[in-house]
Parts: sequence; C-alpha cells; structure tokens
Amino acid sequence: MSGGGTLAAAAPARVGRASRGRWGLAAEGLFWAAWPAAYLAFPDYLPLLSQVAIAALFALSLDLLVGYAGVVTLGQAAFFGLGAYTAGLLAVHGWGEPLSGLLLAAAAAALLGLVTAPLVLRGGDLAGLMVTLGLGLMLYEAANKAAPVTGGADGLQGVEIWPVLGLWRFDLFGRTAFLYSLAVLVLLFLLARLVVSSPFGLALRGIRANARRMHALGTPVRARLVAAYVLAGAYAGAAGALLAQTTQFVSLDVLAFQRSAEGLLMLVLGGLGRLYGGLLGAAAFVVAHQVLSEMTPQFWQFWIGAALVVLAIAGRGGLLGLLAAGRARLLARRGGGGA
Amino acid sequence: MLTVLLDGVASGMLLFVLACGLSVTLGLMNFVNLAHGAFGMAGGYVCVLLLNRHGVPFLACLAAAALSAALLGAVLERTLYRWLYGRDHLDQVLFSIGLVFMASAAVDWLMGARQQLIALPPWLQGRIAIGDGLATVGVYRLFLIALCGAIVLALHLGLVRTRFGSRLRAAVDDAVVARGLGIPVDRIFAVTFAVGSGLAGLGGALGVEVLGLDPTFPLKYMVYFLIVVAVGGANTILGPFLAALLLGVVDVAGKYYLPEVGAFVIYTAMVVLLLLRPQGLLARSAAR
Repeated sequence: MSGGGTLAAAAPARVGRASRGRWGLAAEGLFWAAWPAAYLAFPDYLPLLSQVAIAALFALSLDLLVGYAGVVTLGQAAFFGLGAYTAGLLAVHGWGEPLSGLLLAAAAAALLGLVTAPLVLRGGDLAGLMVTLGLGLMLYEAANKAAPVTGGADGLQGVEIWPVLGLWRFDLFGRTAFLYSLAVLVLLFLLARLVVSSPFGLALRGIRANARRMHALGTPVRARLVAAYVLAGAYAGAAGALLAQTTQFVSLDVLAFQRSAEGLLMLVLGGLGRLYGGLLGAAAFVVAHQVLSEMTPQFWQFWIGAALVVLAIAGRGGLLGLLAAGRARLLARRGGGGA
Repeated sequence: MLTVLLDGVASGMLLFVLACGLSVTLGLMNFVNLAHGAFGMAGGYVCVLLLNRHGVPFLACLAAAALSAALLGAVLERTLYRWLYGRDHLDQVLFSIGLVFMASAAVDWLMGARQQLIALPPWLQGRIAIGDGLATVGVYRLFLIALCGAIVLALHLGLVRTRFGSRLRAAVDDAVVARGLGIPVDRIFAVTFAVGSGLAGLGGALGVEVLGLDPTFPLKYMVYFLIVVAVGGANTILGPFLAALLLGVVDVAGKYYLPEVGAFVIYTAMVVLLLLRPQGLLARSAAR
C-alpha cells in the first residue's frame, strides 16, 4: 500500500462513531429516507429499485473485503452466483421459503469462502488476485457445463418463491420484492456496521494498513483475513439469493466476470472503506446503467470503462471522498477565520 | 496424437508471443496489466482490415500489425499507464479493466461483434503429412512454429547477450538498485512496453486464424496470458516460454479429447499451477 492507500485508510478512521457529527447523522437519515421516498415516488420503477438494493448489498460485501481487509478480488461474482443458484435450485426443487433460502444461500457462499480462502490468501496479493479470477471463471464454466442442473446458458427456470413469512406474496409490480430486498439490505448493513466498528473490524483496518506490524502486535492476521473473506462471501451470497428470489430466475451471468468488475466499479465510484460508498455507488451505477443502456449496449460498456480509468487515475475517494474533502475544506476555512 | 501435439505447440508459441510483453510489465514494474490482450486485439484488427479491405500482402500486414500495436503501446504508456506506477494493485486492476471495456466497446462499435475471418495466402494453406501418414499438420501451423521459434530465439539472445538485455534483467531483479547504478529504468521500461505491445499485436494478427478474433478477445485470453506470466516468472525468456507451450498443449488436448469440459480444464490448470508453483511470481512480490 502506498500513498493513496494510507490516505484512504485514514479517512474512515475519522468517521468513527464518536466524531460523526450532526452532519453525518443528517446525511445518514437523508440516505435511508430516500428509499421509502423512492418507493412512493416511482411505483413503476420498483424492479429497478430492487436491483439497486441488491447491487448495494453486493458492493457492501466487496467493501468489507476490499475496503476494510484490503484483499483485492476479481472473483466476487463466484459467491454471488453460488448464492443465486443455491436459492434458485432450492426453490425449483420444492423449497421456496425465502428467508431460509436466503440463509442457506449465504451459508453455501460462506462455505465456498472457507474452502477457497486458504488458496486465495496463500501468498502475495498478485497470486491471490489471479486465483480469485481463476476460481470465478471455473465456477462460471462449471455452471455453464452442468446444464442439466443449472439450465446452462438458458438459465434456471421454474423458480417459485413462497410468500415472505407466509404473509406477503411476491406480486407483479415488485412491491414485495422491493420491500423484502430493502429489509435484508438494512439488516445486513446494520450488521456490517457493527462488525467494522468492533475490534475485529479495527484489526482488519490495521492489517490493511500494515499487515506485518499487526502480526507483531499479536493479531492472528491470517485468521482475521479468512474470517473477512468468509463474511464477504456470505454477504455476496445473500445478494445473489435476493436476485434469484425477487426475479424468480437465475441466468448464467450471475457468475460472469463482468459482475465482479462492476461490483468493484460501484464500490470505487462511491468510495472505498466507508460502507455507504458501496450503497451510493450502486445506486448511481444502476441508475446510470438504466439511462445509458437505453441508447446502445456498447455505448454503455465504453462508459463503464472510461469511468474505471478516470477513477483509477484520479484516486479512489469516490463520491463520498469528494463530499468529505469539501466538508474538510469548509471546516478548515471556518477554523481559519476563528483563529 | 502427433497432430494434437503439434497444434498445441503452435498455439503455445503463439500464446508466448502474445504474453511475453506482459511478463515484463508485471515483473519490471509490478504492474497488473489486464489490458494486455487489447494490444493483441488491435494488431489483429489492423491485420484483418489491411488484408481484407485493402489487399495488402499477408506478411506486410503482420509487420503493420506489430508496428501499430507498438505505437499504441508507446502512446498509452506515456499518457496513461505512467500515472499508475507504484499505486496499489486495486487501482491498476480497475484501470486496466476499464481499458479492456473501452477497447472491446470501441471495436464492437467500429467493426461489429462478429468473428473476423481472414483468407491466408495460398502458400500457407493446406496440410502436409509427416512420416508415413503418421500425422498431418497444417502448413500455417508449421509457419507459426518457425516464426515464433525465431522470435523466441531472438528475444532470448537479446536478453542474454545485449547491453539492453542485461540492463533490463538488472531492473527486473531490483529496480531500486538498478536506478542507483545509473540505469534509466523508466526509459528501459517504456521501450520494453512498446516492444511487448508490438509483439502482442503480431501475435494477435497471427492468431486470427488460430485463436479467432472478436471484441471479446482481450477478456477471453486474459487468463491465458496471466497463466503464462504467473507460472513462467519474469526474468527469463525460457520460463514463460515453457509455460506457454505447456498451456497450449493442455488447452488443445483438452478441447480435442474432452470437448464437453471445455475451458474448465484451463482454469483448473491455472489455479493448480498457481498453487503448486507460485515461486516465479511470489518471490518477486515478496522482495518488493
């Protein structure tokens, strides 16, 4: 980690609970109030809003791994896809209960994380990067070739999900789907916030900044990283399961490399290592996708690429980084005037 | 059997020519360049355009492909890549994935998504029998083996015998010390980047007939290039070369004998090789 890394690592430390002032609380309240507002304001776009919530959960899982633990991955779609197929297959084979399906999907993804963590965290981050890429592609090919089970390139059809808690049926307009996705997102977000402010989360940030020193301090670096990897896997699996359950369909592209890359883009767009960054980035991304891809699909891909290049060169504070920088400048000016 | 082996060797050599530039990027600058295949694709499309639309002779097309890819590489290195040296891998990965997306989208828009085909000149078509009907092999495959073999030899001699080669090796071993000794590491890197891009362009042009060419080329073969580099290591020509040969043979054999498993073989091979032989890569990243 060089200059950019330490800067980005220092920023979230400042946004600790104690120092989160009135502005932070107001912004947070505004952010969460926007969801029900969007629900009321755009009743025709509920499926799109569900997509935002699912993408946000996926970006959150990447933030836990990349933003906090500092493990770069190119294969997060493997967990997303496994979760989606687990939930989808359960429903196809007669168990359409959504909550237990979601939990089982997350558990399956966590298990995959546990199995693959030793391979990924084995050596330097270059090798780890390639192993995540390889594992992701392997899973994609496996799902592609196992057409009798997964439906292959045609996708998994016949997914039927029972009502949530036995009360709310998934309706045509996507009301239940949206509220269900939002509820899961909120719960898992609160959990993630708890996790990153716990000693465990602090240890992860320490490892990200300087793994060797954390090791010398007596932190079991490897065990912490494995735990972060598994947790991020479970989150991605839950996101995948949400997609399968709300759309009642699983297509092969849940496992595609594109999804891993887009997840990283969302995260970087919003801001790394801030939890809200992924959520904000996901919202911006999905809405931009909707608007731009109405022109032409290639056009859209070109602009994703351009966004990635610009963000990578400009540094990765993202949208939240810009906000924080603006606020810091404002405060500095005010402080300077008083002194 | 022999046919499969020879086809495998030919595609392995092709992979080496495509990927060897990447091994320098990764080894010398510790830069994860996932966009390397884009230079190969650029060379391929230059070749297709010149050959099919303007009727330029095949060999001249190859040269033009290599030159234009080298030029593209040099320009991008000076304008964009240099900003990301020394940044951490996430930035580099994002940047190069972004380049791949842009390249694919641009090519898709300009040339269409379909697979590009070229008509080889008559002297490269047909097959010849080896031994007493032991096996037959395409003339073009033999041409590939000869040409790529010559390139490998030239690169090896260039790296081992010339002053530039010894400076390059020194810079790969330890860039800081090399810089301290007055070796212009940045300039060496810029030149090598251009040469590597040019070779990738040549490989892309040569590969239109063997590997295919469409806008997904950089993504499709990204993994192959990474395997060659990761398994081969960066300080020799021989390491990546052997890795590429192995990969080519395994890939062709896999497609020939186990078509239902498909690309799964290659991804498994990559992960297993990375786990068994991580030295080439790990030794360097640990030293840094």
